[in-house]
Amino acid sequence: MSKVTKKNAFHHNKKQPHPLPSNLIYNLLVNNLINISMSNITKTQAPTYYDEVIRKGYSRRDFLTFCTTIAAYMGLNQSGIAQVTEALKTKPRLPVIWLHFQECTCCSESFIRSSHPIVADVLLDQISLDYTETLMAASGAQAEEAMQNTMKKYKGEYILCVEGSVPTAADGVYCMIGGKTSIQILEEAAENAKAIIAWGSCASNGCVQSAKPNPTKATPIHKILKGKTIIKVPGCPPIGEVMAAVIVHVVTFGRIPELDRTGRPKAFYSKRIHDSCYRRSYYDAGLFVESFDDENAKKGYCLYKVGCKGPVTYNSCGTMKWNNGVSFPIQSGHGCIGCSEENYWDNGNIYDRAAIFPGFGIEANADTVGKVALGAVAVGVTAHAIMTNVRKKKILQTIENEGKLGESELE
Amino acid sequence: MSQRIVVDPITRIEGHLRVEADIEDGKIKDAFSSGTMVRLLEEILKGRDPRDAWAFVGRVCGVCTSTHSLVSVRAVEDALGIIVPPNAELVRNLMFASLYMHDHVVHFYHLHAMDWVDVVNALKADPKKTSELAQSISNWPKSSPGYFSDLQKRIKKFVESGQLGIFANGYWGHPAYKLPAEVNLIGLAHYLEALEWQKEMVKVQTIFGGKNPHPNYLVGGMACSVTLDDMSGINAERLAYVKTILDQGKEFIEQVYIPDLMAIASFYKDWGSIGGGLGNYMAYGDLPTKGFNDPSSFKFPSGAILNKDISKIHEVDLRNDKEVEEYITHSWYSYEGGDQVGLHPWKGESKMNYTGPKPPFDHLDFSQKYSFLKTPRWKGNAMEVGPLSRMLIGYAHGRPEFKEVVDKALKDLDVPITALFSTLGRTAARGLESVLVANWAQEFYDQLISNIKNGDTRMAEQSLFQPSTWPKQAIGVGYGEAPRGALAHWINISDEKIANYQLVVPTTWNASPRDNNGQRSAYEAALIDTPVADANQPVELLRTIHSFDPCMACSVHLYDEHGKHINRISVVGD
Repeated sequence: MSKVTKKNAFHHNKKQPHPLPSNLIYNLLVNNLINISMSNITKTQAPTYYDEVIRKGYSRRDFLTFCTTIAAYMGLNQSGIAQVTEALKTKPRLPVIWLHFQECTCCSESFIRSSHPIVADVLLDQISLDYTETLMAASGAQAEEAMQNTMKKYKGEYILCVEGSVPTAADGVYCMIGGKTSIQILEEAAENAKAIIAWGSCASNGCVQSAKPNPTKATPIHKILKGKTIIKVPGCPPIGEVMAAVIVHVVTFGRIPELDRTGRPKAFYSKRIHDSCYRRSYYDAGLFVESFDDENAKKGYCLYKVGCKGPVTYNSCGTMKWNNGVSFPIQSGHGCIGCSEENYWDNGNIYDRAAIFPGFGIEANADTVGKVALGAVAVGVTAHAIMTNVRKKKILQTIENEGKLGESELE
Repeated sequence: MSQRIVVDPITRIEGHLRVEADIEDGKIKDAFSSGTMVRLLEEILKGRDPRDAWAFVGRVCGVCTSTHSLVSVRAVEDALGIIVPPNAELVRNLMFASLYMHDHVVHFYHLHAMDWVDVVNALKADPKKTSELAQSISNWPKSSPGYFSDLQKRIKKFVESGQLGIFANGYWGHPAYKLPAEVNLIGLAHYLEALEWQKEMVKVQTIFGGKNPHPNYLVGGMACSVTLDDMSGINAERLAYVKTILDQGKEFIEQVYIPDLMAIASFYKDWGSIGGGLGNYMAYGDLPTKGFNDPSSFKFPSGAILNKDISKIHEVDLRNDKEVEEYITHSWYSYEGGDQVGLHPWKGESKMNYTGPKPPFDHLDFSQKYSFLKTPRWKGNAMEVGPLSRMLIGYAHGRPEFKEVVDKALKDLDVPITALFSTLGRTAARGLESVLVANWAQEFYDQLISNIKNGDTRMAEQSLFQPSTWPKQAIGVGYGEAPRGALAHWINISDEKIANYQLVVPTTWNASPRDNNGQRSAYEAALIDTPVADANQPVELLRTIHSFDPCMACSVHLYDEHGKHINRISVVGD
């Protein structure tokens, strides 16, 4: 658009464009989805991210600043910045198919929350979200056709995002769309996808509907799509900014981010909430909330004794926080419920201490810590060491069992 | 000769909905609504800690997020006799208001608008005329010719790229779209602005509940302590933040949502006589101002209206086992006493019984069972719930605030009061109640400040939090008004555990299949006589369905697969 037009604009248009770094999330999403590195996609004439920002009146300097911010955000070094810059400057947009199965749509809602001022750009300028039951204009046959078109036209090039688990009981009839079961739809859409992302705990580990007794046999997608690499982004929902950043990584580097043993991006799931919690010092000092809204709660003490699962939950809530950094559960006075952890619905009650999980046994220690503050640090460290080791052991065992379990469930 | 059409998936809703309709002479002659996904959360809740239920049922829905958690803690508090502190009630009301303001705007622009606004036609608009029009209906600053011109260029480029994304395969150019190009352009501009705005509106929930979607609740109050002298709790900065969000939300609703709603409605007045349906409306009431045990203090009053007769309000009693009953004659479940009986949620029993065709299939058999939703009835009547029901009941009660906004809207549109009983009425009511809720949020905020100023900082009542303090047996009902309508949870606590948990949610009332007498529920009834100009592009059908704001994940019941237990939980959706 021309500068003249901008000057004519009323009010908000008098302002300079927002500094790019503040537009982080959505830009990331938008650009990245669209820009995913597909060499053979260059045949399309879709504008690159660089084209878009220049067109909007940002300078090249703004653009480079933005790239640097993304790179820093992702923990990249200097050469990484160059890669980000190159990717956003030259790569065309990529189509996305977003499926919905046994879900509550909280992942889609979280995703749109992550946007920054140019959230609208995502839809108009950046990604080509060709199928999503939540937002798409078309319904019924026309919706189905839109998905089929993308799968054909962009065979091997589109990203498949899955929100929700897949019920395998009763031959899959507990989730049907267009007369087909979710199993049939998932397998068809996954066959020629460039990359597959499991959004949220439902698609990653089954979430609430898979809690005991799992009446519909709700199944995470990696147990259906055996042999496919799947990026798991657990959480109920995941933080919107994390969802965005995962896509950015794929788009920018043309490959999936480094995953941990359970398939989660290390960048966002390698640390416990406890390790990044601003109330951690109270834990170490043995200062705990004993009951909600008590005097200690008003002082912001540690919520461990009223059930906080931060010590056994791997996620970024403590650092990135929620809804553009406004708060996170612990800051708002309630313990972490562990929503990004596998089987969290069956890992003890919400208000029970994490310590009573099988294999831990630090409860007495925590109480001692509360009474004898002097011993707190040493005991705390020991407790953490125990919990971490058990945790690691459990993860290894889980991975080992998962393949077998998935096979047996499908048989 | 009628023609059967299938719309599956219905998009721009929460969850999975299938509609089949018979079209004859350009109108819908009969319609069938089917919920095609089920999770059986009620079964999962059994045997768990009642204090945890809010987290499980919160996951029923991420769109009307928080509403099930709120009703759940009310159910437990009702069972255990816990009275929450006034501040907690106010914080819950503020989170409720934030949800309504967010959800209704998102529904209007992102889920419903494309039924009325032709995105592609916006390319033909004259930006200058668009600007003049926008400035004539609102003081909203983003209204210059340059603004609309820039936007139009973006859309043009987008369309020319050939990658239409979410706008692909829409019914663009369909003769049912009646708006001038300039109004289409305004609608599209505000679609995009609302997308940015919505992420701000939810931050009230983040401040008090820690995150959104799915903020945290607490039996006995809220966990967010008031701590004016500490950075950890609700202090002056947090409160000021809430105030800013509420003010901006109110401004957007008054200066963008309502003017757009009225402008668009003025071109679709014929929809004031289409899609009326049942004519029976029900609300449970919500937004307490003197504690939840005093329903007379609720901002949204309760009651039922039958046959569009707003001169008479019937009382609704959720504890009376002769009032709310659920049928499964056409639902994929079975009752031990046969498929023809209706059961109060407390006595509910059933097991899954999928008898539909083996997928993949083309059609369902509607003489048989055809949905995972049960069919609730109030004293045998099919009832519509939602914003229209709430507004009509408030209006029928003679509440001045309701009368003021409703009468003004009718006058501005120059339509009779009967126009409320329609697709247009449903869509308009949602906007009008947003205005009320935005105003009430200011009152709740002021009251919260006043309480704190007067020294009352209590946020949670925890004397009955420990299970050791509970009676051996307890039952409770939690209820309220989800954005999509009347919602209730019934809980039965035994030996410190959940023995039974039942949900009857708004979309179950509205989207359910026929009952034992063949009576249609709200969706199916409202579709009758809806015109469909082109059976291959049934945009008119979507208008009526979307006017209800479907939320399917909520609306599927939970049953015992083996039929051994009674009093199962049933989740019927908001």
